Amino acid sequence: MTVAATPGLEYQAERARSRRGFLLGLPAVIYLLVFFVIPLGIVVAYSFATRTRTGRTELTDWNIDAYGRLGESVVRAVAFRSLWIAAVSTIICLVLAYPLAYFISTRRPVTRNLLLVGVMIPFWSNFLIRTYAWRVLLDSDGIFTQVVSGLGLGDGRILFTSKAVILGLVYGYLPFMVLPLYASIERIDWSLVEGARDLYASGWTAFRRVVWPLSRPGVVAGSILVFVPSFGAYVTPAILGGNKKGLMGSYIVDQFMDARNGPLGASLSVVVLAVMLVGTLVYFRQGGRNL
Amino acid sequence: MRKWIRLLALFGAFSLIAVVTGCGSDEESSAFKLCAEGETDGNLNFYNWSEYMDPDLIAAFQDQHGVSVTEDFYPSNEEMHGKIGVGNSGYDLIVPSDYMVSILISDELIQPIQAAAVPNQANIAERFGDPPYDPGAIYTAAYQWGTTGVGVDTGVTGEDVPHTWGLLFDSGLAEQYGLSGKISLLDDPRETVGAALKYLGYSLNSTSADELAEAEAVIANAVSRIAAFDSDQYSELIVMGETVVGHGYSGNFLWDFEEGDSTYDYFVPDEGGTIWVDNMAVLADAPHPCTAFAFMNFLLDAENGAQLTNYNWYASPNAASEPHIDQEVLDNPIIYPTDMSKLEFIEDTGDFEINYTDALSRARS
Repeated sequence: MTVAATPGLEYQAERARSRRGFLLGLPAVIYLLVFFVIPLGIVVAYSFATRTRTGRTELTDWNIDAYGRLGESVVRAVAFRSLWIAAVSTIICLVLAYPLAYFISTRRPVTRNLLLVGVMIPFWSNFLIRTYAWRVLLDSDGIFTQVVSGLGLGDGRILFTSKAVILGLVYGYLPFMVLPLYASIERIDWSLVEGARDLYASGWTAFRRVVWPLSRPGVVAGSILVFVPSFGAYVTPAILGGNKKGLMGSYIVDQFMDARNGPLGASLSVVVLAVMLVGTLVYFRQGGRNL
Repeated sequence: MRKWIRLLALFGAFSLIAVVTGCGSDEESSAFKLCAEGETDGNLNFYNWSEYMDPDLIAAFQDQHGVSVTEDFYPSNEEMHGKIGVGNSGYDLIVPSDYMVSILISDELIQPIQAAAVPNQANIAERFGDPPYDPGAIYTAAYQWGTTGVGVDTGVTGEDVPHTWGLLFDSGLAEQYGLSGKISLLDDPRETVGAALKYLGYSLNSTSADELAEAEAVIANAVSRIAAFDSDQYSELIVMGETVVGHGYSGNFLWDFEEGDSTYDYFVPDEGGTIWVDNMAVLADAPHPCTAFAFMNFLLDAENGAQLTNYNWYASPNAASEPHIDQEVLDNPIIYPTDMSKLEFIEDTGDFEINYTDALSRARS
């Protein structure tokens, strides 16, 4: 008796397996198609549509007028300010989160889990409510203002300024930075650091040459997770910034709600999306390919 | 590469399907069902601003006609427009403001009022019988009205503040009354740019690029003294002591000033301001138009109209209601301003609308 190799059967089994996988994935695929891809397609379609005199969006006379307006100084100013605020928030988050993530991931497992829960606790309550809570802390009689003025650090009232917006964004998105950083630092093989120290690397050199490169995927992921929502932030600038400085999120909302200019709002959304996508791709190419 | 092309094609195809099915349902029925006075044809779906309707009035209507009323709420004309604009919303009766009425009429989203079913329309005061946004009041019946002006914490400024938009825009006045960083403006291009236009002595419906540019400069110059652009919390901010003057709507100030510890005042500046009217309208595709007209007629009744104003403290456009309105409400100059001559409606400026939004965006950037 000989056992003949039956490549045909194996092939069929392989096919069946992949079919099963496809079927299992199907609900999610359909969900994404219906609630993500199609709406996105509608946004794209709207961006080429026409605004009627009464502010309705008409899907006729396809044109690129809305894109033509994107070079105007208003749009540029809004875009640059949003980029700046998002970049500052991301850097502050990174500076704050890195030592914290490093600290957490070098604790004993029990302590580690407790600290991680601590990082996530703010998520248990609504973001809007937490942002309004900051408004109370930051207003003229607020604790924050009192403490800062009390310490003689000048006028502590930062409510309705860009500082308050950045504070709110850092507060809101810090966990998004801590968690991916933790995940990548925790994975590091510490014997590599030992090896570096054995070869007379200073603590700083060991960090710079070993720990930092190995944690890069976390840095990349965390930065994207903070930067992207900060760039389009709407709630925080409205509540803590007093909506004073035009930012991307509110500018897009204004187009739909006040100017009733669907095409312009849609084209802004499409461009933001494209810029984010390209930025993310470049960033990934640079760094954490092995995420 | 082939995978990408396939994905892209799929994306395009799906979007196209969505778009095509989106416009396919655009057919319209031109003939509206005729209704008699008091006739009902099912339960009413009422879409209204929040805190704007006395629940007792709804209960009374339900008892009287044996139908039930479901009330949903919206915070802005634009949100309401977004929901009903696509059609088949299921709502019968809505309460759009002036400029939104003209948009709804030209988009054929609301139907003419059937005079036979709404005899109480005759109760509406002459002033509201032929509004610029709905000439001849063919489509709408006024619901309530109010003004946009300035609320002040007179406990801080003293009683003698000048009644001018300059409190919001003028650096000299800001210094005199300690207002710097204590001012809020509405986050609304038409209202805020409109206030600046009025301050300069222009119409708030100006479609002159030069006048708009001047108004933009006025706001840009004031931005450093502005605490916030806020359309929801302006009165709370004053009561909390966070701001001293605010730009906002009459009724809201009145409600919140009741809560505060200081003394407050609200006025429409001497340069003039916005008068707005919210109006009842029946949707073109209302499933129960007759009940909607019956309810409209019910609210336009003299006593019911008075009850509404006594409840929500907004002024009534119903002339016949006046004898039934509480004297304290009638005598309140915030609810019933004494000088109506300088008030102006916001009118839809069509294509020019975008310039208002851009002016405000530029002014604060």
